Amino acid sequence: MLEIKNLHARIAEDGTEIIRGLNLTVKAGEVAAIMGPNGSGKSTLSYILAGREDYEVTEGDILYNGESILGMDPAERAASGIFLAFQYPMEIPGVATMEFLKVALNEQRKARGEEPLKISEFIARVKDAAGSLNMDMGMLKRPLNVGFSGGEKKRAEILQMKLLQPKLCVLDETDSGLDIDALKIVAEGVNSLRSSDRAFLVITHYQRLLEHIVPDTVHVLYKGQVIKSGDKSLALELEANGYAGVIGEAA
Amino acid sequence: MNVHATPQLTPAETALIEAFGERLGALPGDSEVMARRDSAIEAIKAGLPTRRVETWHYTDLRRLLSKVPEFDATSSAKALDPLLEGSGVVTLVNGAVSGTPVLGNGVSFAPLAERLADGSFAASLETYGRDDAIGAINAAFVADGIALDIAEGTELEKAVELQNLQAGGQSHVRMVVNVGSGSRAVIVERQSGEGAGLASSVSQLQVGDGAEVTWLIVQEQPETAQHLAQFKAVIGKDAKLTLFVMNAGGKLVRQEVLVRVAGEGSDFQLRGVNLLAGDSHTDVTMVLDHAVPHTGSVEVVRNVVTGKAHGVFQGRINVHQYAQKTDARMACNTLLLSDDGEFSTKPELEIFADDVACGHGATVTEIHGDHLFYLMSRGVTEKTARGLLVKAFVAEVIEELEDEQIVEALEARLDAWFATHG
Repeated sequence: MLEIKNLHARIAEDGTEIIRGLNLTVKAGEVAAIMGPNGSGKSTLSYILAGREDYEVTEGDILYNGESILGMDPAERAASGIFLAFQYPMEIPGVATMEFLKVALNEQRKARGEEPLKISEFIARVKDAAGSLNMDMGMLKRPLNVGFSGGEKKRAEILQMKLLQPKLCVLDETDSGLDIDALKIVAEGVNSLRSSDRAFLVITHYQRLLEHIVPDTVHVLYKGQVIKSGDKSLALELEANGYAGVIGEAA
Repeated sequence: MNVHATPQLTPAETALIEAFGERLGALPGDSEVMARRDSAIEAIKAGLPTRRVETWHYTDLRRLLSKVPEFDATSSAKALDPLLEGSGVVTLVNGAVSGTPVLGNGVSFAPLAERLADGSFAASLETYGRDDAIGAINAAFVADGIALDIAEGTELEKAVELQNLQAGGQSHVRMVVNVGSGSRAVIVERQSGEGAGLASSVSQLQVGDGAEVTWLIVQEQPETAQHLAQFKAVIGKDAKLTLFVMNAGGKLVRQEVLVRVAGEGSDFQLRGVNLLAGDSHTDVTMVLDHAVPHTGSVEVVRNVVTGKAHGVFQGRINVHQYAQKTDARMACNTLLLSDDGEFSTKPELEIFADDVACGHGATVTEIHGDHLFYLMSRGVTEKTARGLLVKAFVAEVIEELEDEQIVEALEARLDAWFATHG
């Protein structure tokens, strides 16, 4: 589903290279965990997948279902099924959450040549998704993410994911700022979406999240490259011994 | 003899002076009213204000008032559905009262023409000084308008909408509203019309002790119209005035807001939205006087500038010597969406009391890149995402009005503007 080939990317503004020859393949149905120390390029990778303009790809390619997405803007990528759950979701004053969800859902449908959802159907879907995440509908009347606690923001991200039903879900440190109860709810939300035609890229620092969202593969990112890949036991090894051993091995 | 050499008159000044000669016979008024009209036209003969007059620095009226159309008694404009459903509507078309309004209990209405004819309105035609070009133009020509009295202790269930529709020619009206003590009212001032008219409109509001008034000005003139407006209010003891001003049209617009917070314990709130497009020029100029102790005010103006539009906000707060414990805050935020657009803002605080809290701030920004990315990452196209963010920027100010019916109605006017300018 996702093939990243020899990817090199830098910050557009100052030219700092962050991703330095990254290779990664994720198959449909797979949950791939990306781990790595601070500054290894994990968040940058998530932004590049979503199409953020602040980064420039200088070499290599990203293929999604066999086609390059480098020429697509963030909205086109989203409509084709790529979703990024942000580490720090933006607060956007003045944009009502419900209105935003409706516009996003219908714009994606439009891009795929589908009819807009009936308002009653839309509300039913939101209620259903919110209920499963223990979210209060009153919260969704507020401006997007404004005044939401850290945990509420993360739940709101998963709510959007459940509504939009993407095919490639990138979760950027979704566990940060969550207490254990919220973590379980969020993890259940993610697990409920696992299916044979959907892939996940779960970016995290800690093994903790991976106890709840069990990965098929684990990849260690360091200095903009995948330096080691393995199965879920690799995450346990990292938890026990830290990154130093793996980094030493690679060097 | 004037000490200054009389400048050569511009075509607009000449047209105004000639129009006065032609209109004189048709203008209502006793001898005092007519004397005030005479002195008003004398002020115009001395020349319209230029950028050398400080309060007109960003709006050189002499240069910008390009064309003065003739009066056209036969032209008309179509009435609008009221902004708030169920409102009692008073309509002015082409400068005169049209029809007989049906208003609720406790509200009495008279055409202003009657009060001009019998002279009872004469003193109210006084201008505030040499800079008062709008007051002068209006005093010279005003032939009709609305006089509204809301009796003491009236709680108006339905809003009253004052609809002023220009019809391509010249129109000059006044809307005078007295809200009795302890009353509550929502007044909508609609400024609209058809064609390249020149409209002057002066609103005069008295808020009685303990009264609470929400006054909404919605200006949606055609993009060819010239609109000169003034809103003057005096706020009594323990009273509250919330003024909302939306400018979403017109080629040349000047909206003056002159408010005197005159009773202790009173509060003034101004929220403004200016949506500027094309090569229009829109100026909101406020002079706010805190004249007594223990009063408060907050002014927030949000501007969206597109095309080659030029916007102006001048906000002057005078805190008088005895007005201790005044709490006044002012903010002007502009979203500049084009390279050719321009916004000028000038806050002024003049404080003679020593125990006050006053502040002001002004920002000019573009659309936030992070916000745009977030919306687009959910599949919202760039155009729609930009539209949402621009609307959000101004909708925030509207939402502060809290009343759901008002918020929805004003957001519908926003949507109407974005539909043609988005």
